[in-house]
Amino acid sequence: MELSGGEILVECLKAEGVDTVFGYPGGAVLHIYDALFQQKQVQHVLVRHEQGAVHMADGFARATGKPGVVLVTSGPGATNAVTGIATAHMDSIPLVVFTGQVHSALIGNDAFQEVDNVGITRPCVKHNFMVKDVRDMAETIKKAFYVATTGRPGPVVVDIPKDVTDPKVKVPFSYPEKVAMRSYQPTEKGHSGQIRKAVDLIVNAERPMIYTGGGVILGRAADELTHFTQKLGYPITQTLMGLGAYPANDKQFLGMLGMHGTYEANMGMHHCDVLIAIGARFDDRVTGDLSKFCPYAKIVHVDIDPSSISKNVVVDVPIVGAVKSVLTEMIDLVNQAGGAKKPKELENWWDQIEQWRGMKCLDYKQGEDVIKPQYVVQKLWEVTGGDAFVTSDVGQHQMWAAQYYGFNKPHRWINSGGLGTMGFGLPAALGAKWAHPDEEVACITGEGSIQMCTQELSTALQYHLPIKVVSLNNRYLGMVRQWQEFFYSGRYAMSYMEALPDFVKLAEAYGHVGMRIEKPADVEGALKEAFAMKDRLVFMDFQTDPEENVYPMVPAGAGLNEMILV
Amino acid sequence: MRHIISILMENEAGALSRVAGLFSARGYNIESLCVAPTHDESLSRLTLVTSGDEQVIEQIVKQLNKLIDVVKVQDMADTAHIERELMLVKLQAHDGMREEVYRLAEIFRGQIIDVTESSYTVQLVGPGSKLDAFIDALGSVPVVEIVRSGALGVARGPRGMLVPEV
Repeated sequence: MELSGGEILVECLKAEGVDTVFGYPGGAVLHIYDALFQQKQVQHVLVRHEQGAVHMADGFARATGKPGVVLVTSGPGATNAVTGIATAHMDSIPLVVFTGQVHSALIGNDAFQEVDNVGITRPCVKHNFMVKDVRDMAETIKKAFYVATTGRPGPVVVDIPKDVTDPKVKVPFSYPEKVAMRSYQPTEKGHSGQIRKAVDLIVNAERPMIYTGGGVILGRAADELTHFTQKLGYPITQTLMGLGAYPANDKQFLGMLGMHGTYEANMGMHHCDVLIAIGARFDDRVTGDLSKFCPYAKIVHVDIDPSSISKNVVVDVPIVGAVKSVLTEMIDLVNQAGGAKKPKELENWWDQIEQWRGMKCLDYKQGEDVIKPQYVVQKLWEVTGGDAFVTSDVGQHQMWAAQYYGFNKPHRWINSGGLGTMGFGLPAALGAKWAHPDEEVACITGEGSIQMCTQELSTALQYHLPIKVVSLNNRYLGMVRQWQEFFYSGRYAMSYMEALPDFVKLAEAYGHVGMRIEKPADVEGALKEAFAMKDRLVFMDFQTDPEENVYPMVPAGAGLNEMILV
Repeated sequence: MRHIISILMENEAGALSRVAGLFSARGYNIESLCVAPTHDESLSRLTLVTSGDEQVIEQIVKQLNKLIDVVKVQDMADTAHIERELMLVKLQAHDGMREEVYRLAEIFRGQIIDVTESSYTVQLVGPGSKLDAFIDALGSVPVVEIVRSGALGVARGPRGMLVPEV
């Protein structure tokens, strides 16, 4: 079979089982769009801004576990995609991003819409390629999907000069069945000696703590984690990226840890004697001051990425391997050992934890006049039965979503944890809805974040993606304002946004339904009404308490046991 | 501590910038960096000299291994090894100084590879510390320029860096 570069690209996508490409056309990718146009199997979602395309593919990937695919043109198409690529990179999300490039003969000549895509994206991708010859196209795409989806996943950029997709140049095509790279062979199976050593430490723990991250979700190991945790009867806490891998409604779950984690989780971390870290990377938002981190603990760390181990915190038992495979081995060994060996100490430990839990650090008071943002999230949880796909933007609302929407299943909590990208929530929700048309999808956002990608409301109409936008509108860039209140004596530099649009009219202008909710008594009714409109995107503009803060809080530079509670 | 790190990479465009970019992005320090093809034309070999405590060096090796085009990384400090660097030093050598420079070059087993009425260019090969010692020994001899290749390293013994099978 002889095909052009554009046709080969489309055939490769089919062979990879890709059903959707999120993108935006332009000069350098016209040949590819022409090839896409002439077939039906791979659909294309036209966004309104390339950043939106990458976030949408990212939301799709997080909601499904499949790689997200993006197609954008050269120059500004590629640079607009960079924020999305960096977002996926920080959270290890598998994406394959095709960027157009100017004609090979023009590269380096400052041609129209030329930019060094490979150079610009190099620090924020897992890997990138430029296809210089149409004969290399199929193998390069095979490698791109392989690298993006194996080991610690991540985004891969494939840069394609326009002449490589010239429809007049046809070459024989066959898609490689397998790919092997001598320079890239990720470790799947953990070292059995290390695993035995770890399990010995784990079953003999007196004050254990399980701390897990996004790696458990990416590694599809939620079932194994749940089994492991329940078999041992140990307390478990999760990072912002890890939520949903263990059911939040279970009594062993202590909530999120870190800067805005619960008191019980952070105190548990501080006082534990054995810390079992799984698929988590000891981020600064989790550890607080490193010199005060887990001072009494022996640390076991399971991660597929060797460079995550002992990067921030030096650990006692490192295990490099896929979380699923390592946990499976650990469960066997725990069973052989007959489970946890220090029941009496464990009981005392749980008594201590229950005392910390008794502080009820997430309590808040909902009065009659002003809507508390926490209350909206809590009601959203009730109205959706705790079972929706929830995306968020970045800031206070993101923390409230994480604290008050208890996720019981993996893949349902979708947010930009590492990069902290405002503007992520709406397009990510559209990607999740595209993947799961029959599921409820809500985007929890704020009036600041939503304006960074509002244009995708138009995409939502075109592709009929009836998500629900839950905007916690406090008229402030809330997290910035909170820090200014705490650490800058209340000097609110540039954190108050004047001249906000009328979000109800904005939603209507895009062909959707808008609602403004001002009274606490109306919150539940509005949510029910919105979710009853199955086939409409509803934008709910909740007017919330302008100066509410996210509590509890570990201030920057403090230890996890030094929390501000209220 | 100073470490010489040898890296075998796929001989692809941009290989060098991936390594250099990693070092600048993560704030690691590069004292010197050399890169050239090897007898296997699919590979290029980079040798870099860096410094840091044990934890930093461990991260550097891990981060290098994480680069998709990197085939093999070896920290020469882990093994008995030989270090060599080439230095070309152009010195002002007027009447009174010529003997002195000539003698110094002899002592350090250097060669004088270019001569003018007023200058000598000395070529010197050895570990970095020997080249440093030569520069120190020059004392008051005026230096016109110094060109150093950066250190190369190779493990002692019969074995080379192993390329993993696919």
